[in-house]
This record gives sequence, structure tokens and C-alpha cells, in this order.
Amino acid sequence: MKKILEVRGLTRIHGPGCPLCFENTGAEAETNVCSSCGSVVAARDVSLDLHQGEILGIVGESGSGKSTVVKTLFFDAEPSTGEARFFDGDKQLDLFSLNSARQRWLRNHRFGMVYQNPNLGLNFNVSAGGNIAERLLMSDVANYASIRQRARDLLTRTEVLGERMDESPRRFSGGMQQRVQIAKALATRPPLLLLDEVTTGLDLSVQARILDLILEIQHELNTAMIVVTHDLGVIRLLAGRTLVMKYGQVIESGLTDQVLEDPQHAYTQRLVASAL
Amino acid sequence: MNPGYELPVDEVSYNFAFLDEFAKREIRRSILKAISIPGYQTPYASREMPMGRGFGTGGLQLTLSLLGAGDTLKVIDQGADDSVNAVNLRQFVELTCPGANTTERAAEANIIQSRHRIPEDRLTADQILVLQVPTPDPLTIVEPSEARRKIMHGEGDYAPLLTRLYEDIVQFDEIAISNRYPTRLNGHYVIDSSPIPRFDVPKMHQSAALILLGAGRERKIYAVPPFTDAVPLAFEDVAFRTEAFLDSQGNRRQCDRCKSRISYLDEIIHPDGSRHWQCSDTGYCNDRCAQLHSRQPEEVRS
Repeated sequence: MKKILEVRGLTRIHGPGCPLCFENTGAEAETNVCSSCGSVVAARDVSLDLHQGEILGIVGESGSGKSTVVKTLFFDAEPSTGEARFFDGDKQLDLFSLNSARQRWLRNHRFGMVYQNPNLGLNFNVSAGGNIAERLLMSDVANYASIRQRARDLLTRTEVLGERMDESPRRFSGGMQQRVQIAKALATRPPLLLLDEVTTGLDLSVQARILDLILEIQHELNTAMIVVTHDLGVIRLLAGRTLVMKYGQVIESGLTDQVLEDPQHAYTQRLVASAL
Repeated sequence: MNPGYELPVDEVSYNFAFLDEFAKREIRRSILKAISIPGYQTPYASREMPMGRGFGTGGLQLTLSLLGAGDTLKVIDQGADDSVNAVNLRQFVELTCPGANTTERAAEANIIQSRHRIPEDRLTADQILVLQVPTPDPLTIVEPSEARRKIMHGEGDYAPLLTRLYEDIVQFDEIAISNRYPTRLNGHYVIDSSPIPRFDVPKMHQSAALILLGAGRERKIYAVPPFTDAVPLAFEDVAFRTEAFLDSQGNRRQCDRCKSRISYLDEIIHPDGSRHWQCSDTGYCNDRCAQLHSRQPEEVRS
């Protein structure tokens, strides 16, 4: 299988940071805050690999640093240390050493992001179709008719009625907004899709349809995905491999079945027991 | 300070062209930078002028820093030489620039300061057009933060502007921007073309005359250098188009006075409710009327 993404030692610290930060925080210390310098260690030494067509789950309680990881990969936040390699065709790109124009190019052409809150991913001042058009225009498509056709296809694909494509997403339900966001992320057929708590806060039937959609997309387009969630059901359904995070640290990783059926770390055991 | 320059005896309280020589030099340096980077908004220290911001202080500072004795200036406001703003600016220049001439004919002027129009007659390489700009940044409508707008300009990130055009076509079946049409210069920076109508935007493309744009309130100068590509933003299959001025039968309207069918027209509604169309560029219209009157006797004779 072809490797898409390789992350090594990704760390993000809010605050001055000190040599004792790693000692004072993490799953063992049961805190994010360094007691000697007061810095918050949002994520520490996170390493992961992602292959083509694979779905990697990141699970953990709130504040465990799972969103921080995907945000740094999408260039929404800067890492303190660490590196990430993206394999684009036969090229290797060191993500965090690229200049901001190249990073923006990657964001627009190669990555897709779906946020928990549609406010972050969608522009509510333009129509649903306009949101998709914006992303296509960012990747240098300049033909109105083809933009329109592609937007309509994507919205139909994600089960948003084509007749409503010229409405503002403000008038859509939460589930529909989420589907518009997915359509927007898919507009440029990105090889890597980052999903940050996509189903949180939606009712169960809508959740099920969105999860189905994500699986279908994975099969159709062979897109690699990182799925961040605190819902073990979502992980069980989607992810082939899973990372468990706590207080910024990866405490367990492996095949999803293995992690859920035979959890090794005490926290994972508690998590699995509480969910079932 | 220009060592050869001497203040006129009766105007010793004011420097030539109102601004002091240091201010003029600073503006000229910003102009040079603006010409070197087509479309880049060069910041400058916009001076207090004896008129309110928004009355053309940006354009006036450019004009005053360029004008010298022997130069000829034309001032246009809404296409006309006789509207209040144009008259005031012209009188101010006459007052503070002894030796500089003013005119109402575009062909005679070597510096033309304008707000809403580019003159109908093609400008030559010997002329400089100074445009007054209220909002220099075309991205203000999509991004409120200036820091982020600067990054967008630097990276050529104009997709949000194009999204605006997309939304226009969805809603109105055409691009509905009437003035300040975003225009890409030399393949990179997109500029706000100031409050000129869409009709005048093509005149910027490969213009022989240097076009300088100055914003007094926003303290920015930018330029369309001579013979530079100026391409209005549009889609491949939805082209940019100018105002057509068609009547209900689909014919091009003509000016009531000079009968021109190619000029930009103003609609004038008379007290009795009837509508008339007239050239917005009064200098051009007057010239054509004068030609018409001088030609008519010949036609009668033949």
C-alpha cells in the first residue's frame, strides 16, 4: 500500500515551555498543564502513518489533543516541533517547512477538512453552491458552467437537493450543513480528508447517513482519512486503525478491533467498558 | 528640497503647490514604487489637505507633487469640468501653483485628475491620468482584516472575489458590479479600479498614458504603468462586458447633444418625466458639438 502521510514527533505547546514540560504532563501525570512553567501541552510527540484509502481513527476525551493534531496537519495551527511528510505522487513534501503559499496550495488542492462546527468550514455569506465554487476557484478552475455542474454533482452525491444549491447554508439543517461541508471538502478530489467530529451533535439517523456517505466516498475515491471523534461507535464503523489519546499523548495504537476488543492501557479499558 | 526653486514673493506663506518639498518628494518616491510593482498598494504619509477626506485629497496630493510651472491640468468630476468638486480642485491648483495652466480639453492637458471617468478620447504617452480612490483594496468586500488581505494579495488568493462574481451570476444571470470592477494587473495583483464604471475599465488595458491612483483617507498609492495588461476578473465562459446603453428596440442610444453613439451616457430625467441621454464626458461632448456646428454650414452649401 502506498503511504500518504507520515507524522513524526508532532508537538504543540501553548506558552513558554520548559525542559520539565514533558515530565510534568501527559497521561501519567493526568494533566495538560506543566506545573513548573504553566504551559499547556496540547499534543506531545504524536507519530502516525497513513496509507492510501485507509481510515485512521483518533479517539480520546475532550482536551486530549486529537483536534490539535488534525488542525496542525491542515495548517490551521502551527506545531512547536515535529515533522510531517506528505507523499504527493512521487514527490515528498515536508509540510511544516513549506512557505505559506505552498501550504495554501496543498490545503486547496490536496487536503480536505470537515469541521465539527459548520461555521468554520462554510462561508454563510454565499450560497451552498458558492461554497463549493469557492474551493474550485481556489484550485484554478475558471469555467462557470463546469463549476456549476461540479457543484450540483457533488451536492447530489452528498444528498443535498440540487434545487437548494443557490440557498444560503444558513437556512439548512445541521445535518445538511455537514453534508455541504463534506461536498466542499471533496470538490477537488483530495487524496487526504480530515474529519473533525463530523457527526457530533447530530441525531442518530442523520449520523448514520453521514457515516454511510463517508464509507462510500472511501470506497469510490480511495481517499485516505483521519477521523477524529470521541464516539467509539464511529471508530468501530469507520476506522481500520485507531490511536487513543489522553492529555496530549498517544497511549495506545493498533488495529481498531484489537484496541476495542483487547485494550491494553487502563484508560482505554475504562473507555471501552463505559461505552459498551 | 529643489535648490533652484524660489518662492514667488506674493505667496511666501505657502510653498509652490501647497505641499512642502519634502512631502512632494515622499509622494514621488511612493509613485515610483507603485509603478515598479503594478497594482501594489504603496503606503504613503497622506498629508492633511485644506479639504475633507473623501473630496479627492489622495488624487490632489498626487497631482500637486507632479505639477510644475508650464504643465496643464484638467480636473474631472462625474465626467464634467463644471461640477462643484472639479471647480474647487481646479481653483485650488490655480491658487497654489502659479505658472501652471488649467484646461477643460483632455487633449491639451498633460495631467488629468479624475474621479469617476477616464476621458473618452484615447490618452497619449505624454499624459498622466490621476484617479481619486475612496477604497483602494478590492478585497475589503470579502475580508475585513487588512493584515489578512495583505497575505491574500501576496499569495494571489483572489478566489473569494471570484466567488462574489459566481454569486452574482447565480442571482442576476450576469456580473452585477457597476463600478470599482476588480481588475488584474500584469497577471498578478488585482486592483480596485476606483469608482470608474465598467465602461472605462478596458481603457486601462495597454493604456499609453500612465494611470496613478491615490487614496487620501486610506493612505495608499497604486499605478497602472503604461502599456501594462489590465484584465477585469471574469470566467472563461462568462466574459466581462461593459454597459451597452440599448433602448427598448435594442439600438444603441445616442447623446442628445452631440449624437455620439460610442460614449458613456448619463440618464437625465426632466421635470416633465421624460428621459434623456447625454455624454457624461462634457469635454468630449463640447468638442463634438463644436465640430458639428462648424461642419453644418458646409453640408448646407453642398
